[in-house]
Amino acid sequence: MKRIISFVLLAIVALGIILSLLYIPFGMPKTKVGEHYIEKGKQETGAANIVTAVVVNYRGFDTLGEVTVLFISAIGLSAVLATRGKKIAKKIEPASAILYTGCRFLFPLILLFGAYIFIHGHLTPGGGFQGGAIIASAFLLIYLGCRGRRISEKRTKAVESLSGLVIVVVGLIGLAVGGRYFLSNFLPKGILFSLFSAGIIPIIYIAIGIKVGSELAFIIDRLMEESE
Amino acid sequence: MSFLNNYIYYIGALGLILIGLYIILVKRNLIKVIIGLSILDTGINLFLISIGYMSEGTAPIFEKGEAKLARMVDPVPQALVLTAIVIGVAVLALALSLAIRLYHHYGTLNLRKIREQRW
Repeated sequence: MKRIISFVLLAIVALGIILSLLYIPFGMPKTKVGEHYIEKGKQETGAANIVTAVVVNYRGFDTLGEVTVLFISAIGLSAVLATRGKKIAKKIEPASAILYTGCRFLFPLILLFGAYIFIHGHLTPGGGFQGGAIIASAFLLIYLGCRGRRISEKRTKAVESLSGLVIVVVGLIGLAVGGRYFLSNFLPKGILFSLFSAGIIPIIYIAIGIKVGSELAFIIDRLMEESE
Repeated sequence: MSFLNNYIYYIGALGLILIGLYIILVKRNLIKVIIGLSILDTGINLFLISIGYMSEGTAPIFEKGEAKLARMVDPVPQALVLTAIVIGVAVLALALSLAIRLYHHYGTLNLRKIREQRW
């Protein structure tokens, strides 16, 4: 009975989506705002990567909200998994020497790669969110390979809050100095395709990268602690 | 054949959305429901990206020494999906932590059994 009802529901949803898709041809330009971003984005923001220009410059306030959603979900996870009283520390079997050395060798390299991804966010495919995910994967490697090592919860929270503060402060400076709106560009745009260009975009993206990286590392830390 | 060529991304996205919705509605294991949620999320991301696609378009990133303006895909859906993926990971982690708590409390992940027990 339940199965039949769910199939009917699925058919209704599919019909609705298909009927609306009939009016959306594939592979045609649809939005005027996208065309504007591609034509004028390079001059207006100074970033070669238009997706970055949209995420950080045109829709910067929206991105701040999304980073906040990530923060709230990390806080919620920490609150749900919080246990009263001390847990009994289990004896952890140490990893083999090869695994241990390999993880310790790879850890700084992965961190460096993540930093490269979010520093070059305005020039190449990449950015704060991707770089942050790569940094969190370095911490995951440490947790899986060198068991028994922990990152400090207070330090993670401090780093995360500070980078969030950087975004808000840069946005407020933009509001006061640059123009009429939050997160407006107040720094010189520089030469296109050079590393120090696009005004505040690299600063914001570095802050987002560190924030996302520390939040995801915190989530991994909580889940790993729960699984032991 | 040209129909498939034109609409293969829409069909794939619609398929993923329907599979995810079906798993959420029918399955009783909580972990499977969360997997369905993740599949639904992926389907919606693919759907948004394929709406923004333009035929023979490149990624919206300018390169040094480009002679003429190549046709580029719509950057707005890409920017939205970029953040939606990260939010999806966070929501997945939150859902899994709730599943861990429920398992500790009830000793089972079967939603039918959890519903029968009183709080």
